[in-house]
Amino acid sequence: MEQENKQGRRSEILSEIARIASDVGASVLRGLKKVFSNGKTITGFAILMFFVLVAIFGPLIFPYDASTDMANTYLMPSLEHPFGTDWLGRDVFRQVIAGTGSVLAIAFYSAIFTVVIGTVLGIVSGYLGGWVDRIIMAITNIFLSIPSFPIYLLLAAIVTINTPLSLAVIISIWSWAGLCRSVRVQIMSLKERDFIQICAVMHMSKAHIIFKELMPNVFSYIAINFVMAMRNAIMASVGIMLVGLAAYDPTNWGAIINAARTRGLMNVKNIYILMYPLVCIIIFQIATLVLANGLDETLNPRLKVL
Amino acid sequence: MQTQQMQTESAAPLMRLENINMVFKKPGSLFTDRNIHVLKDVSLDISEGEIVALVGESGCGKTTLGKIITGLYRPTSGDVYFEGERVSGTFDKKLSSYNQVQFIQQDSYAALNPVRTIYQSLYAPIKTHNRKWSKKQIDGRIEELMGLIGLQPSAQFLTKYPHQLSGGQRQRILMARAISLEPKLIVADEPVSMIDVSLRLSLLNLMKELNEKLNMSFVYISHDLSTTRYIARNGRVAVMYLGEIVEVGNIGDVIAKPRHPYTRALIQAVPIPDPEYKGNDELPLRSMQLGSLENRGDGCAFYERCLYSCEKCRGKIGFVKTDTADVLCCNLENVPRDPVYDKK
Amino acid sequence: MQSNTENIAEFRHISIDYPLKKYTIRAVTDVTFELKRGKITALVGESGSGKTTLASSLIRCISEPGRVAEGEIVFYGKEEDGIREIRADALSDKEMRKFRWNKVSMVFQAAQSALNPVMTVRQQFFETLDAHDSKLTKEQKEEKCRGLLEYVKLDADRVLASYPHELSGGMKQRVMIAFSLLLDPELIILDEPTTALDVITQNYIFNLLKEINRERGISMLLMTHDISVVAKFADYMGVMYGGRLMEYGTVAEVFKNREHPYTAGLIGATPSIIGDISSMHPIEGSPPDLMNLPKGCIFSPRCPKCCDLCLTAEPPTREFADGSKGKCYFFKEADHADAADAN
Repeated sequence: MEQENKQGRRSEILSEIARIASDVGASVLRGLKKVFSNGKTITGFAILMFFVLVAIFGPLIFPYDASTDMANTYLMPSLEHPFGTDWLGRDVFRQVIAGTGSVLAIAFYSAIFTVVIGTVLGIVSGYLGGWVDRIIMAITNIFLSIPSFPIYLLLAAIVTINTPLSLAVIISIWSWAGLCRSVRVQIMSLKERDFIQICAVMHMSKAHIIFKELMPNVFSYIAINFVMAMRNAIMASVGIMLVGLAAYDPTNWGAIINAARTRGLMNVKNIYILMYPLVCIIIFQIATLVLANGLDETLNPRLKVL
Repeated sequence: MQTQQMQTESAAPLMRLENINMVFKKPGSLFTDRNIHVLKDVSLDISEGEIVALVGESGCGKTTLGKIITGLYRPTSGDVYFEGERVSGTFDKKLSSYNQVQFIQQDSYAALNPVRTIYQSLYAPIKTHNRKWSKKQIDGRIEELMGLIGLQPSAQFLTKYPHQLSGGQRQRILMARAISLEPKLIVADEPVSMIDVSLRLSLLNLMKELNEKLNMSFVYISHDLSTTRYIARNGRVAVMYLGEIVEVGNIGDVIAKPRHPYTRALIQAVPIPDPEYKGNDELPLRSMQLGSLENRGDGCAFYERCLYSCEKCRGKIGFVKTDTADVLCCNLENVPRDPVYDKK
Repeated sequence: MQSNTENIAEFRHISIDYPLKKYTIRAVTDVTFELKRGKITALVGESGSGKTTLASSLIRCISEPGRVAEGEIVFYGKEEDGIREIRADALSDKEMRKFRWNKVSMVFQAAQSALNPVMTVRQQFFETLDAHDSKLTKEQKEEKCRGLLEYVKLDADRVLASYPHELSGGMKQRVMIAFSLLLDPELIILDEPTTALDVITQNYIFNLLKEINRERGISMLLMTHDISVVAKFADYMGVMYGGRLMEYGTVAEVFKNREHPYTAGLIGATPSIIGDISSMHPIEGSPPDLMNLPKGCIFSPRCPKCCDLCLTAEPPTREFADGSKGKCYFFKEADHADAADAN
């Protein structure tokens, strides 16, 4: 009897999960359709996708050969070397391609950590309130009040950074706090709204209120912040690379810039070399901004135009 | 205050509020909190199938009282009884019967989750309270509800988001959601104040219909006596002023022959949709200044504005039973008895 | 037909468009009516009927991106040498700034948001005075503000030094009324001045407005959705529906004749605290969608009197001998014969 009950309960839970999954699937599909109706979103997304493709397939097509070729240093751009070569005769074009993957990996990991930590803590803090809120906010404020960049440098000096993942962890430790605060504020104001209050009158569960009523309302904000977190992570990682504190990957764009810089900028040829990764960073940043703006336009109801 | 409860001694009313007080603390100066006394000694009975209207100006505490009835607020002191059983707040898991009170909010746009479809908004509460139901059963129930509130064909509305519906349609959805859990009592807080005039009556008619068909009790909260009279035709009205009920009685009687000085002013201020009634321009009020809710004493809240105030008004005052209503006034013999609006 | 001195403003065949990205919405369509000098004229209509848009066009305050597409607005302003005709729609921006508040002022629906939250009432009054008439000395300005606030029965000392949030809703609305009187306008536009207020305050504000109208001879244009308010306070009324003026006339006549089915429906759907309520019924159907208007008369889908003609051609605006107008085939000429013109 009890067994049967348990079984029934299990199948019920399973069907519930299946229902939620199909629900989520349908709304994701609908969301995507809506999101990609915006020109800015498409543009930004296309550029980002281009970088992703470059990161995946670029090294296969244009493998990077790190060996030096002193006979061909500082070559001007040609068909063979589209970006020319550097002071050791290595191909700059292939260097930039080889570095794309690490740059993207850092951006992606870091954005995930930032958004997950920031959102979870923000929602918990905003929804539960009371002493939980006070503790989380105290921690958040500590992270917010200490300037991040010197800490990156400090941490990078203490911890050996040798993978994109470790660099991403260091960057996100100091970047979730802002997001956490703003998610918390949004949840707090949503919590007072009539449609959440009515849930209490109808005895809806906390899980339902958080996941099905509150979350969808902050989803767009989180999506935009994900893109912005990627942008910030690239800024921070290039910064750290630029000062040579995470020199594990010489092809990372920041590392290329740093190497060219240390070679001396009096030599105009070093500036040429430095330009290529710099321009890539700029294009990447613009793409994230355009994408974030596009997402904002489609997802933020306050900006909705007829 | 006892007078109101005497009548219903025999059968327990659906809901009984006894000496409800609600005090909000607001940070004042450095060492003292300011006590905002939003409700003071409010007692009210609501019987099964009855429509009770709460009427008063903004800030009189009618919405706070409504939230106490629905369990959203816990009163500072006083007791709430539901079907004779003492309850205190929604989150009290033991008192699942309290679930039988539902709420319809004023702003139909704010009351629906903007990113969820109407179907999702209706589905969730039914599922929560009928765990065993299959999707098909719930769909059937939703279909039935949509028929009840007159939104047909339902498929046309269920897939929409709140902003794609008109105010009147959204307000109907709120009603469907409220009745979906088969409550015994629905609190409706200014349900038509944001609705276009030409659609108001149909919503009020719908509420009356639900009241009659399903024998649901309604607490209708409004500042508009005209719509209140329309919906609560045979019900009772409780006129509130600064957190107190000052007059409670049959709505027809109270409007025709208001007895409390405040009720008289309130009714005289209501414009009549007929240019032949120009009415009396001067209201029977001493001042326009609303009293303070802070640190209240025993005396009459209406004292400063009342034309008929006397020395006794400073002390504790109680309800007086007249032939039409219970009136919170100590000097009733000096208040005029004539109706505010004569026949033309 | 009428001498110009009788009217203070005339709207002639006004149409107002809202050009949007994909299409243009016509919020007001071909409205012609006049405001009588020294009277209170009310525009009644539900949300989206275009009443606010129409009235704001007089002082060019239409919310973006609306613009007057057709028609002209004439204002008859009092000057020292008599009445002068002003084409309000043709004024330059600079002239409009002078015209606004000097000739026509407005009391907005949400008094709370019309006042600047970070300035005291005194600062805001002075700022407006300075912007329009810099010749006054500080004492004169102070005196003027005080006079006006006392006129609307407020404690001038307290209110002048207050920030908007320190005042109650009723007080704020009275401050706004005093504010609208600041430059002695000839016409005040009142956009739902009491919507957020309770009935006692509403009654008080309207008594005050009536007093201003009587004592100072200031004409008023009142926009409201509440016909009970119109019945109690206005002299003339226009009924708007879907951007069109359906009916115009004196309040007494409009209520007595109830000729336009929409007006009749509105009156029949407004509960009162006196009289029979069992015979009331709502107007069936829903308000018109400006992007998808019905053919013929736009009220026809909801109209109990609708006939074949109504479905094919929109009824023209008919003008009657007594000065009233109606946009319906069912108006009876005989009801509107002017007593003087009849024979």
